[in-house]
Order: sequence, then structure tokens, then C-alpha cells
Amino acid sequence: MATALTWVDATAHRPLLSTSNYMSSPASVIAVNAPSTDPTDPSQHRVSGMRRGWITALIVGAPLVLAGCNAYPSYGADPGATKQGSDTFKLYSGMMTTGIVIGGFVAVLILWTVVRYRRRSDEMPKQFHENLPIEILYTAVPVIIVGFLFFFTVLTENNVDATQPVNATVTSTGRPVVDITVTAFQWGWRFDYTGLNVGVVGETTNGPNNKGPQMVVPAGETIQITLVSNDTVHGFYLRDFNFSRYAQPGVTNIFDLNVLHTGTYDGQCTQFCGLYHSEMLFSIRSVTPSAFESWASAEVTAGHTLQGSPSGAGNIPPPNTRTTPANAGPSVASSATPKQKASA
Amino acid sequence: MTTTIERPEVITPEELGGPEGHHPDALHGDADHGHHEGPSGILNWLTSTDHKVIGKSYMITSLVTFFIAGIMAVVIRAQLLDPHTSLVSYQTYNELFTMHGSLMLYLFAGPFAFGGLANYIVPLQVGAPDMAFPRLNALSYWLYLGGVITMLSGFLVAGGAASFGWVSYAPLSNATNSPGAGADLWLMALALTGFSAIFTGVNLVATILYLRAPGMTMFRVPIFSWNMLVTAILILIAFPVLFAAVVMLFCDRHFGTHIFSVEGGGSPVLWQHLFWFFGHPEVYILALPYFGMVTDILPVFSRKPVFGYKGMVFATMSIAALSTGVWAHHMFTTGVVLLPFFSLLSYLIAVPTGIKFFNWIGTMWRGQLSFQSPMLFSIGFLLIFLVGGVTGVLLASPPVDFMTHDTYFVVAHFHNVLIGTAVFGGFAGFYFWYPKMFGRMLREGLGKLHFWFLFIGFWVTFMPQYLLGLHGMPRRVASYAPDTGWTTLNVISTLGTYVIGFSFLFFLINLMVSWRKPVPSGPNPWDGHGLEWFTSSPPPHHNYTHLPPIRSERPTWDYNHPEHRTVVHKPKGKKFAAPNKGDKETVGAPS
Ligand code: HEM
Ligand SMILES: [Cu+2]
Ligand SMILES: [Cu+2]
Repeated sequence: MATALTWVDATAHRPLLSTSNYMSSPASVIAVNAPSTDPTDPSQHRVSGMRRGWITALIVGAPLVLAGCNAYPSYGADPGATKQGSDTFKLYSGMMTTGIVIGGFVAVLILWTVVRYRRRSDEMPKQFHENLPIEILYTAVPVIIVGFLFFFTVLTENNVDATQPVNATVTSTGRPVVDITVTAFQWGWRFDYTGLNVGVVGETTNGPNNKGPQMVVPAGETIQITLVSNDTVHGFYLRDFNFSRYAQPGVTNIFDLNVLHTGTYDGQCTQFCGLYHSEMLFSIRSVTPSAFESWASAEVTAGHTLQGSPSGAGNIPPPNTRTTPANAGPSVASSATPKQKASA
Repeated sequence: MTTTIERPEVITPEELGGPEGHHPDALHGDADHGHHEGPSGILNWLTSTDHKVIGKSYMITSLVTFFIAGIMAVVIRAQLLDPHTSLVSYQTYNELFTMHGSLMLYLFAGPFAFGGLANYIVPLQVGAPDMAFPRLNALSYWLYLGGVITMLSGFLVAGGAASFGWVSYAPLSNATNSPGAGADLWLMALALTGFSAIFTGVNLVATILYLRAPGMTMFRVPIFSWNMLVTAILILIAFPVLFAAVVMLFCDRHFGTHIFSVEGGGSPVLWQHLFWFFGHPEVYILALPYFGMVTDILPVFSRKPVFGYKGMVFATMSIAALSTGVWAHHMFTTGVVLLPFFSLLSYLIAVPTGIKFFNWIGTMWRGQLSFQSPMLFSIGFLLIFLVGGVTGVLLASPPVDFMTHDTYFVVAHFHNVLIGTAVFGGFAGFYFWYPKMFGRMLREGLGKLHFWFLFIGFWVTFMPQYLLGLHGMPRRVASYAPDTGWTTLNVISTLGTYVIGFSFLFFLINLMVSWRKPVPSGPNPWDGHGLEWFTSSPPPHHNYTHLPPIRSERPTWDYNHPEHRTVVHKPKGKKFAAPNKGDKETVGAPS
């Protein structure tokens, strides 16, 4: 059902909101030629220029060793596989550098004081206290520092939380955002591609080596996730995306993801949700838009449609009809899970 | 309340005499000091309204709780040693981390501070004969003990103990998802200890405001007691909200209300709001007392007054005020809170916290530092809490919170904070005041061994957890897959936990040795500053037979070192600074 595609490799491109024409129909996928992104795009420049200025400002005089030759040392985090995630990463990295510099300064001050003023004689030290100028200084300087941190936090936060209207067209591709409803339940995930009539669902209590259901998305495009929960609070989290959001009953959360490259990214429920919380895995596979098109049409052909027939995992009922099992015991696990409740 | 306030029986201070001359060096207990008539032995314990007896009961109970919860932590870490270790079942694991967190927070860290050390020390520091409401104080303890037993009894009932985390999020905690009696016992335990905390809070406020000895103005109250006053006010703000939430949840579970369930038109997120409106002030209810202990300990072992006394008091008050407006930083990832507001207020808490750090450093600056166990633990507190504070600032940023929320990064962060305060601060206080409470010393060598093993074990346990979180390991998982790459860091973390566990053997041996072979401490083994060091160890029934003149926040020091009183810092290049206005008597330079 999907039309043929001509697609430029999208790994380097960032979709921008525009009003170019697009076409869309619920059960098919339409793609339009996508020009690659101009690296001199002014909007990108503005952001990174600002970040660079910030880093410079914050670590003035700081030992460059800390940052190495890299403006954004990773400090254990992932550079971010999404546009949003890389924004967050830069904020994290900058804040961590700031924290290490300031924390390091205070730690050195403590240790130096401890060593320098260790008791060497019984002579009584001068009984001084209070020093108003210093007290004002160590009040004002932290205020300024947290002011900076807050400023860059708000900038990043606005980028990360920005969402595009679902029907918005992406200039470079001419297609609307891919709209996916993610339903978390005990203990699995369901991904419904609203515009494409594709539904993927998987339960993860089938043993420890199950990787859970996989969400396939086109690289470089805007994906809009509508996150809901069927029972308890869950956490939709992908380490490489530097992002998490609660899936909660009674709350609908909407956010955009722009996966930058093709690849597979592991995700996992982070908010404790009962017995099999630790096995509530999923993954996101980002493919070229053309591969995405063929995947979507193959899914439709295979009958994995919205709220309809199960996808691979078997007999999992669609969202909102499933009764929640008590988290009490082995019955939920059926035969598949070796873990049994101890007779504690 | 109909309990009458006992006025302190203050005996006119003698003229400045020889230091420590007239104090009975004491190894004998309270009852030996004359006018206390009452039952002895177990009956004395059961019926006592003496703050010192209650304080000791609190301390022993909360330390036992700490050890139980600590053993749970070791089992938790042992389970995570390897991917798919099945030392315990999933269900048991979930019960264990729930109980570990609940016991540590509700039943150890808080009660150890405000029920234990504060109960014992605050009346002494302000020169009161007892708490303002002694019988209410006894009630607090019995409610607390009931709470401990109730919570632990969850392990005995069918279905096991509560297993929804220490935060008990709705709807996981409703009757469908957590049907067992363990959940109800958990709620009951919170109700009981909640009231015990509230009563203790009332008692502390009344004691510090109304039972101060003559001369003990508010700005001469030692920082520990100041912090307890602010903590007590926070308790009065936060715990009633927790109690209300607990009652609502109980109604949802048993009486068919739908306050926290979507089906009946309720809101699960409301639970989070109520819980964290309690929960964040609770973090400071747990932290402020320990800040206070350290602030009292550093000057003694530096032989100097605290650097910015008033700065400390105002920092404490602003931390408390801010802490009531930051609760939703625990809810950034819910998507339903105003991010910039809660982010900004959370950031701002860093400012008074920073003030405290510089004050602690300023206190040691140009002092004569000696490193007995209380001082070592205090320095350990400074370094460990510092890292917790820095990572806390990171978490105040919503995007950074998005990337680390509910991962081991957060577990590492709050252990940095909580172990820094409740364990390092708490044991600093314990080593510091133990001689006062029992009239005997703890051994320095064993204390130092305890410190070093604990200190090293701490870093080995929790630094890898920051990395684990950044590598994507969620908290509260009973297992993980081998291909996640988390195994090595988990092994290191677990080994560190064994070192921590080992360190407490030295502590237990220390207690035993001091019990078997007592070394009398005398009233003032550390050359202490506060009033508490003026009376005998342990103090007589109503604490004081004599009081020194109280002219500053360190009357005992002034009494013992009349020639070394506090002077205002002399800024460079100026004439000697003008004497402090107000309550502090400033005397000439000691030269
Ligand atoms: C003594 C060494 C300690 C070790 C090795 C330790 C270890 C741990 C570990 C590994 C977890 C995470 C469990 C999980 O998420 O699956 C945890 C959770 C927790 N710990 Fe500790 N802990 C220690 C002491 C403390 C102390 C002193 C406190 C508080 C005063 C504390 C409070 C908590 C809390 C509140 C939780 C969260 C429980 C929950 O997720 O509901 N811990 N601890
Ligand atoms: Cu979960
Ligand atoms: Cu908080």
C-alpha cells in the first residue's frame, strides 16, 4: 500500500516546522523527496553558539584538564541519539563541568583546611567569628551561579518539551509527524501508529531474555509520542535518548522525539510498577524513512493494525480492555518465568 | 494538652570559679542523684517520662532499626551482584527495598535525630530540666515503637510486607494491586510514627521556646538546638499532610472511596503531590538535625566558635522555608507540573546550603583541629554531603532529571545525601555525645577503624551507582540482563557494601568494650562548648544543679576559658572591630 519512496539519507537532518504541502492517509504512508539539511541553518547556529558561550563563561579559569579538548565531556552519559537528547546531554555536560569545578573547589578547600590547621600545639587559636564581606560574597556568588544554571535549564527544557502540531508538515520531508500512542501496562508496552493503522504490542514477562516489543521509527523525522498507562504508573525511558516520562493513569503526556541516526536503542520501564517491573523492556529501532515505509506496510499486510490483532506476542488484549492482575504471585507469570514468590 | 509545664529549677550560678571543679565525675545513673524517687529497672523504663531515658530508648530502637534495614541493603546488593541472581524472588526483593527505604527514612534517620539525640541533648543545651511535655514525650516513644513493630510485622503476614517502594505511589498501592495486609500495616506504621513525630515536634518547639535557662537568649541557643527548632516546625508542617494522605489511601483501599483512582473520578497524581509535599520537607527533617550536630562538633575540635552563627541560623530557616515549595521536583517527569517554578526554587536551596559549607570551613579555618572520632565523622559528612549536594543541583534541572530520574543515578544521589547526614552526621553526634549519655568513653582506635572502613566502603558502593544510572540501570529492579554491561559496576558496588557492613563490626565491638571496661568520661571530655558539657555525665535527674553564666552560645567554654572568649573577626587593615551589638559579650583580643 505504501507508495514508492525517494528519500535522502536522513541521518544528518533535523526537521523544521514549515507549511509545505504534504499528503497523508490513515492506512498508507506517503513520502516526499527530502532535501538534506543545510548545515549552515541559522537556527542550529544560534543554539550551539549560545551553548558554547555558556560553557566558556562558566568554566572560565577552570582547569582545562577537566574538559579535555572536548567542550562537552560525556561524564558517563550518552551524547544523545535524539535532537532532544543531545540538547539535554549538552546541558548535563555543562552542568557537570560546573559542578565538578565548584564541588572540587570546595572539596579542596575542606581538605586543605583540615590538613593545614591540624593541631600542632596547645596554643589557643584566635577566637574570631563573622566577617560580613566574606559572608555576603559567599551568598551572592552562588546566587549568580544558580541564576546561570537556571537560565540554561529553561532554554534546554523548552527545546526538549517543544512539540509540533500533529498535522504539521516537515519541510525537508513533506510528511506529517509520525504519531504513536504508547500504552504502558503491567508488564509490557503497546505502540499504536495512529496515522498508519499499525499496532505493535509485547509483554515482557516471558522470561529474562525477552527484549520486549520494538517500536520502529524513521530516522530524522519528528515522532510524536502520546504516552498513557493502562494501570499503574510506568516510566518510558531510553538511556540513549537521555529522556524519560511517566505513563500515568489519568494523564496523557505528549512529547516529540527526533531520532538522529539509524540504530537500535534499548528502553526500559523506570517507575516501579509491580512484580515484573525489572523485565518491562522495549526497544526503539530507527531506520531510514524508506525502510520505515516498507516496515509499516508490511505490518499492515500482516494484520498488525490498530487496537486489533495481536502482534507476534500472542494473546495480549488491546489497551483498556485488559484487567490488571494482582502483583502477588506466580500465577501472573504463568509457566514462563522461573521466579517464584518466596515463602518469606 | 493538660500536661503542666515543669519550670526548670535553676540554681543561681556561682561566681566564675575554677573550671569543672565542683562537678561530680560520674559513672552512676540518674537515680543516684538524690531527689528522683520512682520504680527501678524495667518498670522505670516503662513508666519513665525522663527525656534522657526516652532519648536513650529512641536511640537504641532506631539503631536496631538501622541495623535491620542495613542487613536488608546487604541482601539487596547481593541480589544485584550478578545479572539474574536469584538469591531472593522478585516479590521478596520488592519487599526488601520497600522496607529498607521505609525503615531507614521513617524509622531510623528521623527518630534517631529528633527522638533520640535531640530528645536527650536539646533540654541539656538550653538548660531545661526536661522536655516541656514529659508525658507526651513518653507517648511519642511508645507510638514510635508501635510503628516499628507494625511495619516489621508486615513480613509475617500472608502476602508479605508492603512492596510498592517507600513512596507508595497510587494506584500501585491500591487494594487491587497491593491486596495484602502488609500494605495496611505499612500505612498503620506511618500513622503511628507520624503522630509520634508530631508530638515530638510540639515538644521540641515548646522546650526550645519556653524552657531556656536564664541568660539563654534565642541567639545563644546552640546551632543543634536551633536546627531542631526549625526541624520541629517542619515536622508540624509536613507530617499532618502525610497522615491525611495515608488516611485517604486507607479509605481508597477499604471504604470504596476513589480519591486516588481514575475510575471513580479521582487522581493518582494527587497522591504524588500530597506525598511529596510531605516528602521534600521530610528530606530536610532528616538533614537539618545532622547539619546541627556537625555545626556543634566542628567548633569543639577546632577550638573556635562557629564562624557565622547568625548566618547559620538564617541559612537553616531559609532552607526550611524553601523546602516547602520544591516538592514537585520529584515529579518533573509526570509532565503535569510547572517546571521552571519548582526548578528555580530547588536551585535556590543550593544557596543557603552553600552558606553552610563556607561556615563549616570558616569554623575550621585557622583553628587547632584534632581528629577524634566525632571530628572524623564530621569531616566525612562534609565530603560526602558535598557530592550529594552537587548532584542534587543537577537534578534540580528538569532536563537532567528526565535523563536520570528513577535510575541508579538518583539512588546514588540520595544515599550521598542521606548517608552523609544520617550516618556520618548521626554517628558523629553519637560518638560526640555518647560520653555525656553514658558517662564513659568510646575507644578512639575502634572509632577510627569504623570511620575509615565506612568512608571507603561508601565511595566504593555509591560512585559506581552514578555510572550505572548514567548507563541506564533503573532503580528498583530485581535483576538485569547480562548484555546490559552493568555487571562490573554492580560487582564493585556490592563489594563496597560488604565493606560498609564490616565497618559496623568495629562499632559494635566499641560499644561492647566500653560497656565491659568503662573509661570514665567526666563531665566534659572534649573541652566542649555547649551547656550540656557543664553538668555531670550522665546528668542528674533534672539535669543541672549549677549553671554557669550564659553570655554566648558556648557557656561552658566561656566558663572554662574566661580569657578566650569570642571576638569579632578583625578585617585586614582596620582597627579592632567594634563589639558585636546585641547579646554577645565581646571581650578584648586574647592576644
Ligand atoms: C548502609 C548502606 C546502604 C546501602 C548499601 C544501601 C543500598 C541501597 C540500594 C542498593 C537501594 C536501591 C534498591 C533498588 O532500587 O532496587 C537502596 C534504596 C534506598 N535506600 Fe539505601 N542503602 C544504604 C543505606 C541507606 C540509608 C542510611 C538510608 C536513609 C537514611 C537509605 C535510604 C534508602 C531509600 C529511601 C531507598 C529507596 C527505596 C525505594 O526505592 O523505595 N539507605 N539502598
Ligand atoms: Cu515499571
Ligand atoms: Cu525533594
